[in-house]
Amino acid sequence: MYELSGVTKRYRRGKDTIDALAGVDLTIEDGGRLVIQGPTGGGKSTLLQMLGGLDRPTEGSVVLDGVDLASLPEARLTKVRAESIGFVFQSFNLIPTLTAQENVETALVPLGLKAADRRERAAEALASVGLGERLAHLPGEMSGGQQQRVAIARAVVKRPKVLLADEPTGNLDEGMRDEIMEVLEGLWKEHGLTFVMVTHDTALARRAPRIAVIRKGRVTITENASAA
Amino acid sequence: MFFTYLRRELRRRRKAALVVASGLALGIALVIVVSSVSTGMTRAQGKVLQSLYGLGTDMTVTKAAAPPGSSDEGRPRFKFDAKGSGDSTSQSSDRVMVQGFQTLASSTVDQVGKQSGVADAVGGLNLTVLKVNGQFTRGEFKQFRQEQRAKGGGGGGGPQGEVQGGGASFDVNSFTVYGTDVAKQQLGPLTSSKITSGRTFRTDEGAAKVAVLDSAYAKEKKLATGGSITVSNIAYTVIGVATADSGDAAANVYLPLAQAQTLAGAKDKITTVYVKAADSQQISGVKSAIQKNVSGTTVTTSADLADTVSGSLSTASDLASSVGKWLSIVVLAAAFLVAGLLTSSAVSRRVREFGTLKALGWKSGRVTRQVVGEALVNGLMGGVLGIGLGLAGAYAVTAISPTLTAKLGGGGGGGGGNGGFGGGGGFGRRTAAKAVDIALTAPVSVTTIGLAVALAVAGGLVAGGFGGWRASRLRPADALRRVE
Ligand SMILES: Nc1ncnc2c1ncn2[C@@H]1O[C@H](COP(=O)(O)OP(=O)(O)OP(=O)(O)O)[C@@H](O)[C@H]1O
Ligand SMILES: [Mg+2]
Repeated sequence: MYELSGVTKRYRRGKDTIDALAGVDLTIEDGGRLVIQGPTGGGKSTLLQMLGGLDRPTEGSVVLDGVDLASLPEARLTKVRAESIGFVFQSFNLIPTLTAQENVETALVPLGLKAADRRERAAEALASVGLGERLAHLPGEMSGGQQQRVAIARAVVKRPKVLLADEPTGNLDEGMRDEIMEVLEGLWKEHGLTFVMVTHDTALARRAPRIAVIRKGRVTITENASAA
Repeated sequence: MFFTYLRRELRRRRKAALVVASGLALGIALVIVVSSVSTGMTRAQGKVLQSLYGLGTDMTVTKAAAPPGSSDEGRPRFKFDAKGSGDSTSQSSDRVMVQGFQTLASSTVDQVGKQSGVADAVGGLNLTVLKVNGQFTRGEFKQFRQEQRAKGGGGGGGPQGEVQGGGASFDVNSFTVYGTDVAKQQLGPLTSSKITSGRTFRTDEGAAKVAVLDSAYAKEKKLATGGSITVSNIAYTVIGVATADSGDAAANVYLPLAQAQTLAGAKDKITTVYVKAADSQQISGVKSAIQKNVSGTTVTTSADLADTVSGSLSTASDLASSVGKWLSIVVLAAAFLVAGLLTSSAVSRRVREFGTLKALGWKSGRVTRQVVGEALVNGLMGGVLGIGLGLAGAYAVTAISPTLTAKLGGGGGGGGGNGGFGGGGGFGRRTAAKAVDIALTAPVSVTTIGLAVALAVAGGLVAGGFGGWRASRLRPADALRRVE
């Protein structure tokens, strides 16, 4: 469970300072599903970084299962990222020189698995996103949708508690968008993940039970009764 | 994963790797060429010194230089019977001189041989023979008149006057003789020559009237094995002809030591002790031991003699050790810097990649290690390339083998030519002024290759240091950076 209180992230740009997040309070239940929306520059990505332990807030606390990520030593924060958090990026962020399978394996490297186990689990994860036949393909040899599925397999292969996605369909056309959403929703249901996704797409947002809209660093929560 | 990732990166980003590697290769190749050329120079100088000393000689022992003017007993004097005017009979006389006019007792050899660190010591006698041929006419003796006699002061009672009208027409011809210890032929000048005709001395030929000639001298004088050479009215049978390895022989004629001593009237005397040290690393220690324990001697090591080498060889050698050294240091430093900057900029282009790995939970150290690993392999590739390039360069130098000239001793003094007073040119010095032509080679030693490998690793580490430092400062949030 996430408990955020008074989370402020202040960026310094020359003499000016920008509060990308200005005192955010937010709770996300285990297995919950939250969509984050808002205008460009509103602070969506910044919030996701706080949730994923990619960066620390300037003020406030980000508590995940009783541990404050804001004040955790770097080594332990790295461990939390390695074990508990799966991240999916808008531009896939695959390593261009590694095959699909090797890309997925990179998520298992910090867990200290044996090479054979790593390979097997990566193959399973790729199969679960429908890419069982593409293990040896390089990112450059795959379509955008396929690349994003590799990235999703990389995010879930470690069996994390939390899946964070920053505009996962932002770089994809509509057909691929639905395909990716199906994969993500399927995994959320199957593994009972806590799933937080940033999106500009209102159609996608409507499928979530809770929507957080973030403007100028401030969050407003909307419950979505119509969601399934 | 480390090796998979490394291999994939290097294979798929071959061009970038090649740029870093070839920069390092250039620097390393230059170091190999410069150091092998320097080795070649040192070797060439060694050859020059060998032509004086012979193989395996680490140092020579000679009599310490006497204060100038104190000894003139050994100066050449010629006695010719001047004939009356009108008589034009040719006369010939040989004057045998000890080179440098300074001798040591034969017992010095044993004394030197007993010093610790001395493996072997052999004595030898260097002589210069002046042959004078010509006609001499007697002058007329005229007595001074009385008044001059009074001015002249109270000399003995004999008649005083001056010689007038005498004359001589003659030419002077000189050659050098080296008296070699036939019982111990493993050291000394003759070892740097090969017998190309006939044979060398037998160990029982100490008293035999035999001679070995230097090939150049034999050719000049049209002498061959089986012929004979006469010195001071003694005929020696030529048993062999020797050709000097360096093209420049230590002497024109080699005789058994006892024969040379007899010729020079220097019984039990030698000019030089040739010394081989037990350990070539201990030469300066042996030198000071000899100098301390065997009084009145001067010890000259190869290093001492090398200091007196001049000519294009030493100019080139100075050049190699100064300009060459600095050039390779500068090029290496530039190559290291460029490799570092290229690696660092490669990391900049991959911030998102490394940020993503950190976001996935990779420790900073693991990412850094990956970057350093790549740079190290680039460095090693540079090393292999550089060694290849360097070997090719060194091979080219050896193939072209430019000729260098070394001038030894004499300090550029003008008196040392062949027509003059031969080997005695240095007046009071033992070392003759010589000019030797040596072909330059560039031998590549294992040490040089080792140095190249070390430089390659160092270059890789420097590049990896730059890149690794950059990578270690990346944050996981950089995974979201919009670069490219
Ligand atoms: N590293 C940074 N340094 C300085 N300012 C930053 C940095 N990252 C974000 N910002 C600023 O913080 C604010 C919020 O940025 P953020 O990326 O969270 O917005 P966003 O809601 O994700 O926008 P978008 O929809 O364009 O992705 C913006 O004004 C942005 O310029
Ligand atoms: Mg964003």
